Amino acid sequence: MSATYLDAKGRPVVVVTGRGVVTALGAGRTSNWRALTAGRSGLTRISRFSCHGLKTTVAGTVDGLGVEPYSAPALCVAMATEAASEAILEAGIGTPSAFPGALFLATPPAEIEWPQRRQLYAAPSADDARGYRRLLAAARLGRLESAFPEFQFASVADRLSERFGTQGMPVSVSTACASGASAIQLGVEAIRRGDTDAALCVGTDGTVNIETLVRFSLLSALSTQNDPPEKAMKPFSKDRGGFIMAEGAGALVLESYEAARARGARILGVVKGCGEKADDYHRTRSKPDGSAIIGAIRSALADAGTDPGEIDYVNAHGTSTPENDRMEYLSLAAVLGARIATTPVSSNKSMIGHTLSAAGAIEAVFSLLSLEMGFLPPTINYDVPDPDIPLDVVANTGRDAQIRTVLSNSFGFGGQNVCLVLGAEPT
Amino acid sequence: MPLGEHEVWITGLGLISSLGDGWQAHMRALANHRREPVIEEKRFAPCVVHPLCDVDFSGLIPKRTDRNQMGRWQLIGVHAAGLALKDAGVAGQAALLDRTDLCVAAGNGERDIATDARILATVSEHRDPERALATILPLELRPTLYLGQLSNLLAGNISIVHKTTGSSRTFKGEEMAGVSAIEDAVQRIRYGERDLFLVGGALNAEREDLLLGYEIDGALWHGGHRSVWARTGLGGMCPGSMGAFLVLERREHAEARGARPYARIASVLSDRCDRSPGMATQQGLGFCEALAMQAEGKPLPVFSGASGVEPILTEERNFLQEIGSRGCLPVVRAYGSLIGHGVEAHFPAGMALAALAVSGLTQLAAFDAMENERTINETPERALVTAFGHWRGEALALVEAVL
Repeated sequence: MSATYLDAKGRPVVVVTGRGVVTALGAGRTSNWRALTAGRSGLTRISRFSCHGLKTTVAGTVDGLGVEPYSAPALCVAMATEAASEAILEAGIGTPSAFPGALFLATPPAEIEWPQRRQLYAAPSADDARGYRRLLAAARLGRLESAFPEFQFASVADRLSERFGTQGMPVSVSTACASGASAIQLGVEAIRRGDTDAALCVGTDGTVNIETLVRFSLLSALSTQNDPPEKAMKPFSKDRGGFIMAEGAGALVLESYEAARARGARILGVVKGCGEKADDYHRTRSKPDGSAIIGAIRSALADAGTDPGEIDYVNAHGTSTPENDRMEYLSLAAVLGARIATTPVSSNKSMIGHTLSAAGAIEAVFSLLSLEMGFLPPTINYDVPDPDIPLDVVANTGRDAQIRTVLSNSFGFGGQNVCLVLGAEPT
Repeated sequence: MPLGEHEVWITGLGLISSLGDGWQAHMRALANHRREPVIEEKRFAPCVVHPLCDVDFSGLIPKRTDRNQMGRWQLIGVHAAGLALKDAGVAGQAALLDRTDLCVAAGNGERDIATDARILATVSEHRDPERALATILPLELRPTLYLGQLSNLLAGNISIVHKTTGSSRTFKGEEMAGVSAIEDAVQRIRYGERDLFLVGGALNAEREDLLLGYEIDGALWHGGHRSVWARTGLGGMCPGSMGAFLVLERREHAEARGARPYARIASVLSDRCDRSPGMATQQGLGFCEALAMQAEGKPLPVFSGASGVEPILTEERNFLQEIGSRGCLPVVRAYGSLIGHGVEAHFPAGMALAALAVSGLTQLAAFDAMENERTINETPERALVTAFGHWRGEALALVEAVL
């Protein structure tokens, strides 16, 4: 194998040959990039369910895919299918129904939801049972059987595997809000080992429903700055007040550099390295010294064989919570040193919201578009800089910049920290 | 060393189920011909579950604040993880724990049944149920409950309680979650990417919200408990509460710290078929060919992860009969007959039992009359573990003695 196809550690170089994305800004790379570069927000007032009396009434829902009635797994499948189709089409790999590689999927919990629970509860009950006894009795009568496969964890991966004809057992991963990055990491590792020639890595999340909204609200994680909706998220600003839940899917086709070149594929970027580090401090908060986040960033740089000085741009986790943005700054400063002051940073979430399990995959797609287009999308609503977070935020309007290397961060509840180093094709 | 040829050792076992707390209790049960399963037939009638043995979680999860933050599913898992770390001699070793990687197989967390019942009762009597739900949910739900429900919070709690902070990956997909977790760890060790893993899962079967998910699909066995192989008809699954964790380690890493192996994982193979008739049987036979196992004329223990659910039960039975007719002498032990079906935790539990069998720490008594045709009197050198998912996914693992 020619040396250019191997990295400094002697492993196959893993490249991106296809990208697909769906967010509240629209379906497809073109509509998303147009909105992102224009600094347009996809956040709107929630119309899917009654928000009467709720503190947060804004979300970045994906409503245009014809999923009726709404259920999280059905929407997850629809968005993931859309994003994966776009990525496979761009890669020009295999056939639309036979992808020559493995599927790695980041997907949210898929439990039975209130509409199903209420439907079962409304069934005539012989013995006037209450609570779950009543639900179980109705379930035994087969009243929801047709809907069941959707509510198994394997269902989203299974549907995608069948639709795209991926090879082997599909792998579903859940590392909370780092899941999308974890799915990419699994694909990179599998290609480096030679387990598979190509990988379809997808992150999808369609869980804007009333219970999830209330749960995040009770954890004080959500912004309550509902008016106007497009200003609800203010990453890195002094007046930031939390995140806004959002939906979407991101998909990458990964291949070994050698295989991609051999079939004449267009190289859209390189996944140079992936890093992770678990935090043992708290269920929803990072270690005060940032050591786990710092560990994840350093481990990604080490995996990539990249010097901190080579990072041209940071696609931040940037959730707009008081805690995340401060910790992310401190950790970046610890790793990048004095260069932090002049390294541009964007939070795509300011426009698309926090797409949770999908965020890492969607933001990787946007990072790759920045590499290709030489343009950094803005962090909108950055009107009151936080003096404690002296980052070079790409504020409110995007920036032209030829970049070679991007750091994309993803952090999640449960001490999950995953970072990706993405780069341009070697020259 | 050639790429991908590092040996994967099992150096720690953490098992808890209806049979007892710790692998020693399971070792005794495996060897006991008269061992009856522990079952609960009344509480969730007509469903049958295997309840967890009595256990004091404060032993391995000393902080009350930690215990209060977890659902019972998480408590079982964190307890089993603690057993495995202790067994491997890794517990309390800060430097080792800081680079211990976690691979966890998880389903949903747990819901508050009483809260759900109150909400349903209130909402169902309301003229505008949508609006009532928006009003009542913020009043009824509590933040800690949510953290009990997140799939990756079993892993999160293991990191917090036991200080494993290498990396943390949670896999999903019912039985295949357990396969993915072990496969991921095995591959990363085999290719020399990492050295030390804590891998496993947990199930709390004594939950109506869990039962509901499987009842809707008609997957649960109704009526008196019987062997997995005898559950012909509707349903078939008797969920069992269990926690099963293994410490997996690169051979040289284990040797350097003087850790003793129970067994080595020679291979884990997995795939997905569309479950049209005969496909899963063929899949299993394909795995066997890939393993290139020679018919040695010696009994081959097979720890079958069969759930009892048809039609996959028949597919697996056909597969086992076919390998028998090809010269292997399979000695089948469907461990779900004894401890129930552990869904995400089921494959890790089977791997732990197989490790005990090849390590010579236990004899293999038949679990029921239908498995009596062969017994094993000497320690086997190898054992198979099957995972034919009750709905999707097929996998086969080969576990070998370290001689």
